[in-house]
Amino acid sequence: MLEAIRITKRFGGLVAVAEASLHVPEGRIVALIGPNGAGKTTLFATIAGFLAPDTGEVRFLGENVTSLAPEAICRRGLVRTFQIAQPFGGLSVRENIAIGAHARIADRRQALALAEQVAAELAMTVLLDQTAAALTVAGRKRLELARALATRPKLLLLDEVMAGLNPSEVDDIVAVVRRVRDRGVTVLLIEHVMQAVMSLAEHVYVLNQGRMIAEGPPLHVARLPQVVEAYLGHGAAVRLGAQAVEIAT
Amino acid sequence: MLRAAVTGAVMAAALAAPFLIASDFWLGFLITVLLFAYMGMAWNVLGGYAGQFSFGHAVFFGAGAYTSSILHVTFGLNPWIGLAFAALAGGGVGALIGFLSFRFGLRGSYFALITLAFAEVFRILANWVEFTGGGVGLYIPLKVHPANLQFGTKAGYYYVALALTLASLAIAAWLERSRFGAWLKAIRENEDAARALGIDAFVCKLKAIMLSGAMTGVGGAFYAQYYLYIDPGIAFGPAVSVEILLVPIIGGLGTALGPLLGSAVLQGAGELARRVMGDVPGLNLVFYGLLLVVMVRFLPDGLIGLAARLRTLRRRAKVLADA
Amino acid sequence: MESCAKTAAGLGYRLATIGVITSMFDLAIILPAIVNGLTFGAIYALVALGLTLIYGVLHIINFAHGSLLMLALYGVFFLNRIWGIDPYLAIVVLAPAFFALGYVLQWSIIGRAGHGKDQNVLLVTLGVSIVIENLALYFFSADTRAVDTAYTFVMVDLGVALVPLPRLIAFVASLVVALGLWVVIQHSDLGRAIRAVAKERQGAQLVGIDVDHIFAMSFGIGTACLGAAACLLLPTFYVSPTVGHVFVLVAFTVVVLGGMGSFPGALLGGFIIGVTESLGGLFLGESLGQIGISLIFIAVLLFRPTGLFGGRA
Repeated sequence: MLEAIRITKRFGGLVAVAEASLHVPEGRIVALIGPNGAGKTTLFATIAGFLAPDTGEVRFLGENVTSLAPEAICRRGLVRTFQIAQPFGGLSVRENIAIGAHARIADRRQALALAEQVAAELAMTVLLDQTAAALTVAGRKRLELARALATRPKLLLLDEVMAGLNPSEVDDIVAVVRRVRDRGVTVLLIEHVMQAVMSLAEHVYVLNQGRMIAEGPPLHVARLPQVVEAYLGHGAAVRLGAQAVEIAT
Repeated sequence: MLRAAVTGAVMAAALAAPFLIASDFWLGFLITVLLFAYMGMAWNVLGGYAGQFSFGHAVFFGAGAYTSSILHVTFGLNPWIGLAFAALAGGGVGALIGFLSFRFGLRGSYFALITLAFAEVFRILANWVEFTGGGVGLYIPLKVHPANLQFGTKAGYYYVALALTLASLAIAAWLERSRFGAWLKAIRENEDAARALGIDAFVCKLKAIMLSGAMTGVGGAFYAQYYLYIDPGIAFGPAVSVEILLVPIIGGLGTALGPLLGSAVLQGAGELARRVMGDVPGLNLVFYGLLLVVMVRFLPDGLIGLAARLRTLRRRAKVLADA
Repeated sequence: MESCAKTAAGLGYRLATIGVITSMFDLAIILPAIVNGLTFGAIYALVALGLTLIYGVLHIINFAHGSLLMLALYGVFFLNRIWGIDPYLAIVVLAPAFFALGYVLQWSIIGRAGHGKDQNVLLVTLGVSIVIENLALYFFSADTRAVDTAYTFVMVDLGVALVPLPRLIAFVASLVVALGLWVVIQHSDLGRAIRAVAKERQGAQLVGIDVDHIFAMSFGIGTACLGAAACLLLPTFYVSPTVGHVFVLVAFTVVVLGGMGSFPGALLGGFIIGVTESLGGLFLGESLGQIGISLIFIAVLLFRPTGLFGGRA
């Protein structure tokens, strides 16, 4: 459904993303992981049309969408959330979600109704009349997700939607994401919370310093030496292996 | 029920006003209140709803005023039709400024500055070009007849101003209830997030500025017909830009009734100041300036915002009392 | 044959036109205009320095800049008219006075009205400018006034052009003040604090810098520049309640052209605008020449909003 082909993005002298490719099949949940500063959000921004890649191509549903504006990409069904939540602060939660709904619905009343529906799915009904600016961080993240869902997307780009949540909240959102996928929405998520990645993702891509260093099923990828090293430093895989041998003997 | 009754009473009073008000002066006062409420609403479309603050709205006012006046004086065009052309002129200038500004991503202070620059450019051009009458200005020949948009008594002007105001309220109601209005609010709150949700911010802002410009243009044309005279300073000068933007700021940005309330307060307070301090040049603008500073400092949400806050306070007090 | 003649005629016509135009480029007329533009541009630069400092540190666009300049001009005028103080000497009084005024203005009104939104500060400074302008209109009436000093009409022969002495003094003094300002910003503790706040407000707070105080200081320095500029300007110009308008747009154009927050940008921008205005007035006449500045402003905003020397967009 979504293909990023050899994306490269430079900011001045800094190469944020280098020849990164990924492929998201329809109806699957795919995760993009990697240490901080790896370029994950930059890759997302490129895919969603907020940044133009220096080289490479983005294909969505067979169409080359690389040079399209973010709003055009959203209308084709590819919606992203932001790592730092971007609510419409002065508007109520209901109005926020309704604006998402308006991506496909012109009628105001219908949009507001859909907003209530989506809020219910995310256990946000009690928050509906609150001003978005007054929400907690967790609330804002949930609002990000709700707004994106209200656009009835085909592919959802979730950027660290679990960050800052406690384990039970993470479980809630994991369940929501699974329900969303079961309804036919494809999901590509950036995540640091490994609990979520392991339980949700069917396929994982690992980005480190702008390059894709591994991909595969989550449990397999987690054990790859280059992935361990990306998170824990050079030589960590060998050290850990040696320690394991020591403990065993 | 109560709201319908109140609205009905207000409408009835508004329609009967010329017959209820004996004083020509106060009728003229009402006309000014309504005209600026109308233009304040026009500014509100772009500033309050879409969040793009224009400091040079005179550019639309003057474009409309000069367009209808020149067409009338030079080509004998009926001023009523001139109103339509004024709308076209205002909308056209809006399209020009909007296209340039938004295409190049100007927001916030930069956008405010560029509107100021455009108003100044038009003022200089109007001063220099011949067919506008140059610095001397343009007089509209006295031909009193309703078909000519000139009325023997203020009543006629009053009803036109009232019609404009009602139209602006209708537009405001539409904005509150429509997808377009919701889109404008989204752009105002967070343009990037809006685009991520499929909103074409450029087109929306362009439509907003064209609507705002067209509305203000009509206001300018009416003004010209009312006073039968315009010149570059009146048409494109900073005074009218400030008076227009003060209205929604005092009344409440991005609200439907804000401009009406703001205009009433502004004109009323201005009149009061004039009575107290005498009709001295400059002093009423001092007053406007002070009002602007005070409003932004203490009541950034305008009077409607104040009312909303009082309501919330009262609700909270009630909750505490009931508990 | 016929087409040859037509081409020749066309070419001849074009050459004649070029000849007419180049004859307009008579150096004897243009050079003085450029020199005059440079001298005036130095004053624009000084005015713009204050504005760019205020923007660079507080990140606000001070709409009141023009009317504060007007107020300073009246200050110089009345110091001269009532107490006979020479405009140039008045700097000693006016610069500190306007520093204090700016400090208080920022501390008590502008700073408090922000409420975190850019727009609000814009509106407040707009309101302040309206108040100042119309108070001036009320108290001083709309007449234009000027000062007469012993050297108002003294001309200096620079070889390429004849320049009025006040303009020359303004040119030199502006550069001196700009240099002084630069030294303060680069080498004093206050300057370091100002630069810190300009770059990273929260960080500066964390190391113990009183940000509100620095804001007020910066605003005060910005208005002090206006006080100085007024002293240099009045001998060669005039004052009226609306003179601020002229300078607001010019000052903004200079700052935007040079780059918001850039000192060298303000200087260079001032010179460019001064020369443009002079040449514009020469070729297009007084009133239409003014349009050049507005058009440059619009063009810069559209095509290169970061200006010549970059800075925050």
